[in-house]
Amino acid sequence: MTKSKEWPLWEIFIRGQHGMSHRHVGSLHASDAEHAIKNARDVYTRRNEGVSIWAVEAKDISASSPSDKGPLYDPARDKIYRHPTFYVLPEEAGNM
Amino acid sequence: MYAQMVKSTGKGVQPLEEMGPQDRAFQERIDRGEKIEPKDWMPDAYRKNLIRQMGQHAHSEIVGQLPEGNWITRAPTLERKANLLAKVQDEAGHGLYIYCAAETLGISRDELFEQLHSGKMKYSSIFNYPTLTWADMGAVGWLVDGAAIMNQVPLQRTSFGPYARAMVRICKEESFHQRQGYHIMIQMAKEGTADQKRMAQDAFNRFWYPALMMFGPSDKDSVHSAQSMAWKIKMNTNDELRQKFVDETVPQAEYLGLTVPDEHLKFNDETGHYDFSEPDWDEFMDVISGNGPCNTDRLEARKKAWNDGAWVREGMMAHADKKAQRKLAAE
Amino acid sequence: MSGEINHLLEFLLRQGDNTLVLGHRTSEWCGVGPALEEDIALANTALDLIGQTQLWLGYAAEVEGKNRSANDLAFLRDPYDFRNVLMMEVPNEDFGRTLMRQFLFDAFQVPWLTELQNSTNQRVSEIAAKSLKEALYHLERSRETVIALGDGTEESNKRMQATLDYLWPYTGELFGEDTTDQAMSAQGIAPVPSTLKNAWKTLVSRAFSEAYLKAPESDFAHSGGRTGFRHTEHLGHMLATMQTLQRSYPGATW
Repeated sequence: MTKSKEWPLWEIFIRGQHGMSHRHVGSLHASDAEHAIKNARDVYTRRNEGVSIWAVEAKDISASSPSDKGPLYDPARDKIYRHPTFYVLPEEAGNM
Repeated sequence: MYAQMVKSTGKGVQPLEEMGPQDRAFQERIDRGEKIEPKDWMPDAYRKNLIRQMGQHAHSEIVGQLPEGNWITRAPTLERKANLLAKVQDEAGHGLYIYCAAETLGISRDELFEQLHSGKMKYSSIFNYPTLTWADMGAVGWLVDGAAIMNQVPLQRTSFGPYARAMVRICKEESFHQRQGYHIMIQMAKEGTADQKRMAQDAFNRFWYPALMMFGPSDKDSVHSAQSMAWKIKMNTNDELRQKFVDETVPQAEYLGLTVPDEHLKFNDETGHYDFSEPDWDEFMDVISGNGPCNTDRLEARKKAWNDGAWVREGMMAHADKKAQRKLAAE
Repeated sequence: MSGEINHLLEFLLRQGDNTLVLGHRTSEWCGVGPALEEDIALANTALDLIGQTQLWLGYAAEVEGKNRSANDLAFLRDPYDFRNVLMMEVPNEDFGRTLMRQFLFDAFQVPWLTELQNSTNQRVSEIAAKSLKEALYHLERSRETVIALGDGTEESNKRMQATLDYLWPYTGELFGEDTTDQAMSAQGIAPVPSTLKNAWKTLVSRAFSEAYLKAPESDFAHSGGRTGFRHTEHLGHMLATMQTLQRSYPGATW
């Protein structure tokens, strides 16, 4: 089996044509940022026009630890859109 | 289902009162319906089981591309070709989502591939059956996707957040798959020529029992599902889902004018369910342990694709590295 | 062929057969791509090409006026009735050849469809406008991939150079200039393809220099695809596969 350097993992954020902000839609592998954006167009947007894509290498994301529950989380408990990995999308990602 | 033989590493379910404080808090979170997120503490066995289950699920998606991919180049019209291609492409996407979700547990996609290639990790037995005629594209969509959906819909509520969210997306995309298959069956079995009707019945005959096997062994032989159910990484028992599948599928077969290849199949007025014959579990064990009709070919095809693609993956990575270095040098 | 050549029909078949045959070849990758992301991207390209085929061949069937459909044209014609350039039908071989071919074609198709948008024939201009959007993305992707693999490792560079050497003699056929081309030009339906050669050469040369690849000096060009006079041996095999159901069960609906 060939062993080689794996393409890094990228987190993909998309803002639709009329969307207010970028939302996390999922992850993928790519050799670099430009490649990640192209792959995101193919994997997550079915190439809808007018969407804006951010690709961030997964290792560069700092995240709070979800089990540190308390004041930081409780007030926002019902606002699930604040969840960092929330990514339910409408059928056509472009119509967000 | 797609993860038919996930063996729980636990020794049965431990009662709450016997658990240590950490395990107990964890189980209580699950009981409350909370989602477990990658950075949360979790028992090792939970992590291991999930990696195995999600790995099997993802492998099933990408190995599952092969039997249907077998007919893309022979699809009979441009419309059918586009539909089938889009469907098989979705399977690649679904594999991708689940691999990414599994990666949050601390295993890389390449490692998961290696375990598939070495035979250490399995994929669903169903994809070790051949697709022999165009009617198989109908039967696979109708029966195999139908069975898969039955399992995947409840998995949207599974306790591990990234897995549940991947399943939400997958279920949304998958809704057309089963209909696509059934549509092919309608065209062939109901409205088709004598040849097409024969193909449809033949495909149904070959896929009926393998589809029933997709739900895994009978509950009484499946000692490990209790722990998985307590952890909510498995939502229904194998027999429950199998019964539901039979109950839904038989009327669909009748509509098509197809005969279910089971002489003991009968509606039971008392239970309100169909009684049906068990699949041949010896055959199932053969397929699971590597002796299905296509096991060797499927794995060879995956390994070949992976090995043939190595120079591409390496080339693109090397280019990315060079590009980054050039940029650095220019600054 | 007897009687007058229907030049518009010939022209439309050339468009539709290019996308049909290339779309078919691209669809062969489904499930065996070098990475899941590339697998999905290739399927998108194939889906675009199949969609374009439906438009071109659908219109061709209308122009033909024999009560045939796009599917009839795709699945019931013999190899010598196909009008795609030979480059579309050679086997995929590996990912490198597939992407190199895609790039060589996209680099033609983008300026070509751009011109066709101004066609005096409204249907042609509409199909071109829709296809161009897709072709622009194909070009972006195939160009980047060719550059990445040319610049990548020693092995990937060697493979890409070999594949460029193999495909180069097939590129010349894109720039034909026969009576059909002249008729289309005279009617303002399409430019003569040979007029695009310089623009194409500039585009591909720039990518090759970034990719550390060298286009062969020779201008020799295989031909016979776009006239149907002499296809490669590969087309017959491809059609035997593609047309099997329609041929084996005449009149059946699927």
